[in-house]
Amino acid sequence: MRILNLLKIAFKAIVLNKMRTLLTMLGIIIGVASVIAMLAIGEGSKESIRTTISAMGSNMVTIRPGADDKGPARGSGGDVQTLTLSDYNHIKEEATLLSYITPVVNGGGQVINGSNNWPSTIYGVNPDYLNIKVVGLQSGSMFTEAEVTSSAKVVLIGQTVVDNVFPSIDDPVGQMIRFNNIPFKVIGVLEEKGENTFGQDQDDVVIAPYTTVQKRILAIDYLNQIMASATSEDDAPEAVLQVTKILRTRHQLMATEEDDFTVRSMEELISTFSSTSEMLTVLLVAVASISLLIGGIGIMNIMYVSVKERTKEIGLRMAVGGKGSDILMQFLIEAILISITGGLLGVILGLGATIFIEKFLNWPTSVALYSIIISFAVCAITGIFFGWYPARKASALDPITALRYE
Amino acid sequence: MNKEIIKIENLKRQFTMGSETVHALKGVSFDIQEGEFVTIMGSSGSGKSTMLNILGCLDQPSGGAYEIDGVKVKDLSRNELATIRNEKIGFIFQSYNLLPRTSAIENAELPLLYNSKVSTEERRERAINALKLVGLGERLNHTPAQLSGGQQQRVAIARALVNNPVLILADEATGNLDTRTSYEIMALFQELNSKGITIAFVTHEPDIAIFSNRTIVLKDGHIIKDQTHEKVQSAAAYLEKLPKEEH
Repeated sequence: MRILNLLKIAFKAIVLNKMRTLLTMLGIIIGVASVIAMLAIGEGSKESIRTTISAMGSNMVTIRPGADDKGPARGSGGDVQTLTLSDYNHIKEEATLLSYITPVVNGGGQVINGSNNWPSTIYGVNPDYLNIKVVGLQSGSMFTEAEVTSSAKVVLIGQTVVDNVFPSIDDPVGQMIRFNNIPFKVIGVLEEKGENTFGQDQDDVVIAPYTTVQKRILAIDYLNQIMASATSEDDAPEAVLQVTKILRTRHQLMATEEDDFTVRSMEELISTFSSTSEMLTVLLVAVASISLLIGGIGIMNIMYVSVKERTKEIGLRMAVGGKGSDILMQFLIEAILISITGGLLGVILGLGATIFIEKFLNWPTSVALYSIIISFAVCAITGIFFGWYPARKASALDPITALRYE
Repeated sequence: MNKEIIKIENLKRQFTMGSETVHALKGVSFDIQEGEFVTIMGSSGSGKSTMLNILGCLDQPSGGAYEIDGVKVKDLSRNELATIRNEKIGFIFQSYNLLPRTSAIENAELPLLYNSKVSTEERRERAINALKLVGLGERLNHTPAQLSGGQQQRVAIARALVNNPVLILADEATGNLDTRTSYEIMALFQELNSKGITIAFVTHEPDIAIFSNRTIVLKDGHIIKDQTHEKVQSAAAYLEKLPKEEH
């Protein structure tokens, strides 16, 4: 009953000063709303990265030449020639946790058909590639192991290449193209995948047997990359360790030497990108927290004015029997009520802003329940923290002085 | 019947102002019996305000003894003093001290808010009864801004009565009012006193003192006169004698 009375008094004080209270709340409202919206954007982008990467094949394990974290002057992975076909063969034979595996060699070049041409990238792989990348075919078929062995001049192309090189033909299967002046027969068109999260066009590719690309286009005998697929998503980290062990033995590395290759599962890739977006989220939240802090100072300021303004009232309340603790609670509850009401309005505004961002800016968002709980708790704490000092001051007033205050 | 509400013996109060010590009360002794209507008079600097603060348990004496309704006030804590004020004293101030934009009922029930023994319903009922007693039964929901000075002071009196105090302590309660309204308020005080309510009325106006049955005069921290009035003037009669006003 006592608390109810105090709530009534505090509520009344707030209602009697509507405009002032609303302006005081504004800092809190904006702070909470931005925390929620920022976290929603952060969570949303994290989720979208996860979805994209999963779509790329969540079991995928990639092996690249060169160490991951060596000194500053590092060449691109392609310049390092430590990954060979025999590495690939050994992994294929010894690794038990991999279901598919393909060597990858790639190079840029011009795709030409008659007067149409288009710069693209050719990937030399084996037939496992489609299973690893989880990509299907729109038309035609994948090349066979026999075609790999014979270094056949056959290619599969992505939709972007089709659009640019065969503008007037519906199905280019059976047509001829030239890549860096070497003629290839188009035997299939890859399913359309669109852009990935990093803005890369996944349909701007040409796929050919790796033997063909090695010998006829790049004239190299090493591999740019080995791609594999773990038997399941859960096995991926174990598969990474297995491959690492095989390659270390193969490359005859001493225990003290670092890996001269890098094995990554998608999970690691996800966490790499997630950590980037987490960093961003932390920054966004830091900015939002500052506005919460400023909101809190606003509350403290207005509570000071309120205490000063109502000195006589405080004196009267004490004279008729209000104890110091009653006065303290009255002003503290008023401060908390302001901050919590502000927090509530902030949550509503934040959710509204999130919907707006999703609908009109087309950014992926995801409202996390914890962000609402946290910002609400922070509001209550802000109210207590910044309301405490003015309330304390009010409760310590001498009733005689307060009553005579003009 | 002759119960002592207030017992004061050799009461002293001094203040330290920088390096100087000011003796506001230099040994004052008197009692107030239940049902008395006492005016405490004195010019400024006489120790009148200090006396009022101590009587109202807003301040503590530096020396001597003060007892209200059998409770020794000296050495009580801040919170204990607050409880005594809440249960035993009704304050009335010169400037009414009502909460602005708050109805008469809510103003009158204020002391009971700080008494957890009184329920919400009882609080409301007692506030309404007190307002009826002071003649404001028709203005329960008016805010101070909607009331005249005299009516505001009546709300303040209702607030002082609501906790059934043993002592009503009025501080220049007619100081802000015109002659007619002052008489009206004094008539109300006399009426309340006739019902057995003990009143201590601090004032510097001698023509107000004539309505009480005893006057204590302070000067320089001492009592210079403590006089019981044989014949108490009726404020209601004085009101009758005033020229009629057009309303």
